[in-house]
Amino acid sequence: MTPQNLTRSLYPLVGIVVILALWQLYTWLSGISPLVLPSPMEIGSVSIKRHDLLLQQTWPTFIETVLGFALALLIGVPLAVLVANSRLFNLVLYPILVATQSIPKVAIAPIILVWFGLGISSKLALAFLVAFFPIVVDTAAGLQATPPGLLELAHALCASRRQVFFKVQMPAALPFIFAGSKVAITLAVIGAVIGEFVGSMAGLGNLVLAANSQLDGPLAWAALVWLSALGILLFAAIALVEWLMMPWERASQH
Amino acid sequence: MIDSTAPRGPEQPRLGGATIVSPADSPRRAFGRFENVHKAFKRPGQTPLTAIETVTFDLQSGQLISLLGPSGCGKTTFLRIAAGLIPKTSGIVEINGAEVERPQPDFGMVFQQPNLMPWRTVLKNVLFPVEIQGDADGRAVQRAAELLSLVGLSGFEHSYPAQLSGGMQQRVALCRALVHQPKLLLMDEPFGALDELTRMEMQDLLLDIRAKTGATLMLVTHSISEAVYLSDRVAVFSPRPARIADVIAVDLPYPRRPEARYAPEFTELEHRASRALGITR
Repeated sequence: MTPQNLTRSLYPLVGIVVILALWQLYTWLSGISPLVLPSPMEIGSVSIKRHDLLLQQTWPTFIETVLGFALALLIGVPLAVLVANSRLFNLVLYPILVATQSIPKVAIAPIILVWFGLGISSKLALAFLVAFFPIVVDTAAGLQATPPGLLELAHALCASRRQVFFKVQMPAALPFIFAGSKVAITLAVIGAVIGEFVGSMAGLGNLVLAANSQLDGPLAWAALVWLSALGILLFAAIALVEWLMMPWERASQH
Repeated sequence: MIDSTAPRGPEQPRLGGATIVSPADSPRRAFGRFENVHKAFKRPGQTPLTAIETVTFDLQSGQLISLLGPSGCGKTTFLRIAAGLIPKTSGIVEINGAEVERPQPDFGMVFQQPNLMPWRTVLKNVLFPVEIQGDADGRAVQRAAELLSLVGLSGFEHSYPAQLSGGMQQRVALCRALVHQPKLLLMDEPFGALDELTRMEMQDLLLDIRAKTGATLMLVTHSISEAVYLSDRVAVFSPRPARIADVIAVDLPYPRRPEARYAPEFTELEHRASRALGITR
């Protein structure tokens, strides 16, 4: 990390510290019940003290999110290839994709629960549903944004369609696929939690509900902290894969 | 197999030990034959747009011919027809004894933009054509490295295009066009996007490479001095729809040096081209 980057990441850190301090001060001075609003220090200490329970509940949410995201990638990318390369698929599929995207996922969660039951598959399905759209849209956009000069070059060299796809279109679309994946992975966490809210037996979303019903405010908040940590970690994991797979992006910054 | 018509020094090294130019099947027959080439673009609901009225000329093996003309005159369209990228409407386009109807794997192309792949290193970009044609072997890698050293890019093999200047990128594109030892090198305003000094440097580099490889070259340009400086012959195109306004034989000896630009014969040839273009009388 360069000194410049360091100072830049210092700014939001200062902001966070100030907000937490004000929050802490407010809970002290107002004497508000910890069920309604626990203090940051209390949330912090519960987050650490009960890490066994929290870690145990993070696991199912993590699995649901990652599997849902992986499934979205597995189905979304090939579908985007069809949409980008075939006029027919573009005309038939694309409007349907946009239309289904406009259905609020929260609204179909109860139906998904009926179909897939209380177990992991209903959460996986919801994570998939929310992650799917940005992956398809961004991948298709990336494939269609292949520089025409590169396509002409490949054409002039008598490249096969297969070669054009793997050697030109896919690498050109890679930055778009990663942009879509970063959005998708954070949405997948939300999808999994929605699924847990509607009906579940485990997971951090389930823990938030359970802690709330037991009037354990600090634990509910601690679950939230772990949930956002999970989101940030997954986002960072995608960013790391991107960094590893696209060394030329690093090179161009120098 | 050295083509005796190709102008080059006697002791020039051969690239990778191979000849880039295949001689035409008979010495009397031209390497490239373009006869009454006509191109009209269909437009829905309108009369077709005639880009090329009629173009006829020959291309000798090992020669460098420039297609000179005003912007939008159809010279790039003609080059793309010769490359097999777009179909002609009528006429004959014959290169190395075969009618050109689709892209040819043994042609090399350089575009106005370098068109490098940002995700490939310089060496991998140069190797792209041989990779497509399935013979990216050790010899190809050696050839690519030799070409890169020829254009002064040794040591940049593992850099990415974004780390290079525009002129350097175009030099990589030149190496890429030559790596599969094409019979014919087609260049569409290859130095048009470069600044004047880099452009002159690249022209000398092109002459140098041409002398070392013996490549047959067809180059589109709208610069009179570039056309005269580089070419054995200059085919001057009229404004659209294109016809051949003049074919100028440039009898200045190779190797040409920048001083040649200031010789009276050079100026005379430039003047003749400019008359053919209708700029001067």
